[in-house]
Amino acid sequence: MVTLFGMFLLTLLLITAIGIVREKNLFAAVMLAGIFSLQMAAIFFILDAADVALTEAAVGAGIATVLLLSALALTSSREADTRRPTPVAITIAVVTSALIIYATFDIPHLGDPTAPVHTHVAPWYLSRTPDLIDIPNVVTAILASFRGYDTLGELFVILTAGIGVRFILDNGGGTGGRSGPGADTAPRRPRADSGGLRHHLVPRVVGRLLVPFIVLFGLYVQFHGDFGPGGGFQAGALITAGVVLFALVAGEAAALRAVPFRLLTLLTAGGALLYLSVGIAGLLLGGNFLDYSVLRPDPVAGQHLGIFLVELGVGLTVTGVLLTIFHTFAAREQPR
Amino acid sequence: MAVFGLYNYWMFVALLMIGIYTIMSRPNLIKKLIGMSIFQSAVFLLYISMDKVEGGTAPILKPGATDQIYSNPLPQVLILTAIVVGIATLALGLALVVRIRESYGTIEENEIRELERQ
Repeated sequence: MVTLFGMFLLTLLLITAIGIVREKNLFAAVMLAGIFSLQMAAIFFILDAADVALTEAAVGAGIATVLLLSALALTSSREADTRRPTPVAITIAVVTSALIIYATFDIPHLGDPTAPVHTHVAPWYLSRTPDLIDIPNVVTAILASFRGYDTLGELFVILTAGIGVRFILDNGGGTGGRSGPGADTAPRRPRADSGGLRHHLVPRVVGRLLVPFIVLFGLYVQFHGDFGPGGGFQAGALITAGVVLFALVAGEAAALRAVPFRLLTLLTAGGALLYLSVGIAGLLLGGNFLDYSVLRPDPVAGQHLGIFLVELGVGLTVTGVLLTIFHTFAAREQPR
Repeated sequence: MAVFGLYNYWMFVALLMIGIYTIMSRPNLIKKLIGMSIFQSAVFLLYISMDKVEGGTAPILKPGATDQIYSNPLPQVLILTAIVVGIATLALGLALVVRIRESYGTIEENEIRELERQ
């Protein structure tokens, strides 16, 4: 039954994807992309990936849609009608898909317990997590501790992307002239009428009611990530979604008063710094880089402390970067 | 049951090709970025399909349950971080598109090429 439901959802996903490609109105295409992400999250959930489903729902259906819409507001929401034939693209797509489908006949079927991916290191993680780290969520254990080095790298990719967006969009349209340590780093003041939903009563009231609960849920996901699905990445996306909703119903300026831009810069840098300093603390206490066992006399308690701090660092940086990106896009003036 | 077992992978192929076809055939830069997101999602689907174990559940250990089967947590960790990195790169791409629009007045690739030639 679940298999059939999964197949139904996958077919729906394919139809949505075809709809996105065929849609000439980019506004509608972005909305379809949000639905696509939500369906994807449901499929991830059916495939036992609760953490990934939570992330996809918050990031794909929430933040990505908002970012794409703000980019559309700054460019144009209509795709030029160029129905030119693209034989090369079609040929490449057909030949490649034929080759990959031919290759799929040799791979293990969905759910096969003897597949190579399930017989290599995965059983070790599942069997050793209880005595080495002693938290129920194995995904968090691998993310923050066993493979903490990889996660540090991913966090710095996100940090770099956030800095990149500010460099590209935040210099006053190429006029430059902002240099020196004392320069004002906040984006230009948003226009007074930039709050899209402010003039509609129902979204304003309901949105304001929802914001605290979304942020509270984000905090729950952050600090309960060791025991249930959750962690810094999901929490960062959820808290960002809450603040973005607040910006939409109360206006850009009110959101910047509640969470000032300076604070966002601090969050962005501070989170990455926290992660890095936990790693260096391990070195100073005589262990390896990002080895949390030496943080406390009891290795398991050390792991708990390390994972808590590292996840906090991830949550702070993800919140900071995503909100910085949102505000940078929103502060950009509409082109004439 | 052979069809059931491979259906996820076939859908992965279809989505991958829809994504790459969009990137190659559409001149609109935002459409290209949406195509890139579909391509990315297809790869996520491939990884998450591989993590499933028949009769398993999400890899959150239940104390005392010794015979419980858990799905593979490793692909989930990879994709979890990849999703957030994906949104960060999407934002970077969109920022570039906004700047291109401000410089050229269009986000259609062929029109930009036309302007460059002049």
